[in-house]
Amino acid sequence: MGKFEQDIYRARDPEFTWEDEEILASGRYNGAKALLDVLEKEGVEVIFGYPGGVLLTLYDALLDSSIKHILPRHEQAAVHAADGYARVSGKVGVCLATSGPGASNMVTGIANAYMDSVPLVVITGQVPTNLLGTDSFQEVDITGMTLPITKHSYLVKDAKDIPRIVKEAFHIAGTGRPGPVLIDLPKDIMAADVIDPHAPKLSLPSYKYFTKGNSGQINEAAKALAQSKKPIVYAGGGVITSGAGSILRELIDKVNIPVVTTLMGIGSVQSKHPNLLGMVGMHGTITANLAVNDCDLLIAVGVRFDDRVTSGLKHRFATNAKIIHIDVDPAEIGKVVKAHIPIVGDAKLVLDELCKKAMAPEITGWWAQLRKWQQEYPLGYEQDGHLNPQTILEAMGKIGGENVIVTTDVGQHQMWAAQFYPVTSGRQFITSAGLGTMGFGFPAAIGAQFAKPDSLVFLVTGDGSFQMSIHELATTVQYDLPIKIVLMNNGVLGMVRQMQKMFYNERFSQIQLHANPDFVKVAEAYGIKGIRVDHPDQVEPALLEAINTPGPVLLDFTISPDEVVLPMVPSGKVITEVLGGVD
Amino acid sequence: MLHTLAVLVENNPGVLARISGLFARRAYNIFSLAVCQTENPSLSVMTIVVEGDSQVIEQVTKQLHKLVVVHKVTNLSNEAVVDRELALVRVKVKTETRLEVLQTVDIFRGRVVDMGRSNLTIELTGDKEKIDAFIKTMRTYGILELVRTGKIAIARSDT
Repeated sequence: MGKFEQDIYRARDPEFTWEDEEILASGRYNGAKALLDVLEKEGVEVIFGYPGGVLLTLYDALLDSSIKHILPRHEQAAVHAADGYARVSGKVGVCLATSGPGASNMVTGIANAYMDSVPLVVITGQVPTNLLGTDSFQEVDITGMTLPITKHSYLVKDAKDIPRIVKEAFHIAGTGRPGPVLIDLPKDIMAADVIDPHAPKLSLPSYKYFTKGNSGQINEAAKALAQSKKPIVYAGGGVITSGAGSILRELIDKVNIPVVTTLMGIGSVQSKHPNLLGMVGMHGTITANLAVNDCDLLIAVGVRFDDRVTSGLKHRFATNAKIIHIDVDPAEIGKVVKAHIPIVGDAKLVLDELCKKAMAPEITGWWAQLRKWQQEYPLGYEQDGHLNPQTILEAMGKIGGENVIVTTDVGQHQMWAAQFYPVTSGRQFITSAGLGTMGFGFPAAIGAQFAKPDSLVFLVTGDGSFQMSIHELATTVQYDLPIKIVLMNNGVLGMVRQMQKMFYNERFSQIQLHANPDFVKVAEAYGIKGIRVDHPDQVEPALLEAINTPGPVLLDFTISPDEVVLPMVPSGKVITEVLGGVD
Repeated sequence: MLHTLAVLVENNPGVLARISGLFARRAYNIFSLAVCQTENPSLSVMTIVVEGDSQVIEQVTKQLHKLVVVHKVTNLSNEAVVDRELALVRVKVKTETRLEVLQTVDIFRGRVVDMGRSNLTIELTGDKEKIDAFIKTMRTYGILELVRTGKIAIARSDT
């Protein structure tokens, strides 16, 4: 670039610095460098990615970037790790994969983040623009494939758009209801010259999101609360996303009302809070479910009335209740159940205003009823001398302390963890809720450990889920991540087996994992410690040994395949038809 | 019930796929669709006729609003509107029916835009009912080919 052109850019862009001039003068400022520069400006510290043919220019530029790049062993793990990182840190997670199979391998992870409203910027390489649409080597239409599972997506056709698009992508991913945004970058675009490295001022005239709730509606909500006889708060992932946990606790303490959480809402109120009745839904506590069924005012915050909560019976869910629905996404309101007092807005801002206006209702009778149910139907399990999964989770809670992050996979162990692990705050319990992705937990733990390098990270997994991401042992070792893997090994696909046992007359079909490896030996093969535990007395010593051992440790807990998750409200049934509880 | 939505969208590649994909995956039924640029070249308007009760239409509208490319959604069924469709109809004619067909075209205020030895091609604009009625009439002579656009609509001016 000549002197004359540089003068033009300096005149046009007040942010133009000598450093920029140097880069431009060197003639090596291409799309790849521009991308990394904008990522740095967005505050990105770590990206999870996997290289490939079309990404060579980018990976070359990465050698000179301050951004840390983590190399998992599968692209799906890259997106799950970015997801775990985002959930723990509250920042936008970034992941990267090459075109074709690299991109399509990320599809499940993107869907997972979309379902749980996790902010991600997913960058995929693409074949050069002149080959687009010709079925060229490693070409897939990833923007087309991910249309239904992204908040927005871009196929970059001109290198000079990179700074603007990346800036927009971060803004869209992280604001309103968060979600994944995909940027598809053709190979030639990354190699092309970018003239102006600065992003223009953000201009998204069609993109809108809500912040403050309507004050009139909040007044209505406060009035309904003051008049209610049997109110209950139903708190979900939106409470954690918006950082509304502390204001929610302030509200329930101020007016002394009970609260239930969804799976995504675990941590919005600490497990030991006296007003918390537990998780609601299929494997929730009986008290939480009875309370929601019987309440006269349901204050739903950052929830979407998922069928795992309503049993898919929207017309038989909380039928006596007036429903206040607070959500940042207007499309969630009225989607499943009719809200009597809809409030569109950010949970934190709405609850803050509601808390100021709220007056305590007279609900002594309601509390008496709830306490009676809690006594009658405690969340317990039978300690039969065998190694019970619940014992492990309780011991983890006791030993781990407060500064612990727990990620889970999907299945029975996930539900036991949701029921029995004592969570103290939001962003502490990381689980694949909406999509229910087996294999999520391990890479999510890797992402979590990068978000909080000094925290103790537990992965709670099962032998089925673990083998869907077992290759991430290598990543854990490569980056020396001290993740403690709690493997609940029953040799079967436990949740499927439980349902075949309960609803298909014990006709067990394809749930035996006959050729399971010796997981302790697998751990040792990767050069890490493996500990086998098969007696309840060994649980605490083994956990202590794991925590005191530097680096990753795999704990292989042998549990019985006959262990079941109770209580259980079968799909399509109401709470009074619960299994393992109400007579 | 049929509703007519005017969806103002950004005039970018891939926008139609986003909109049609949304309708497909949420199982909303598109009756007809017409897309064109507006007086502002950075925006297009899609006139979408969709079937559903008020609850479905509310969801459609909210889901459309969630798309980053959607600028504005107006339900024209709630307003006084002028709406039009365009049809091109190729009708079989014999010497003895030609005059009759031409007279009918005249009654419907259509125009003959092409002519063959034994057929006439007629252009007709109007609302759905008028075009349906015309097509029904032409069937008695034999329709060789028929194309018709989706509905376009504009709210009536209030001044």
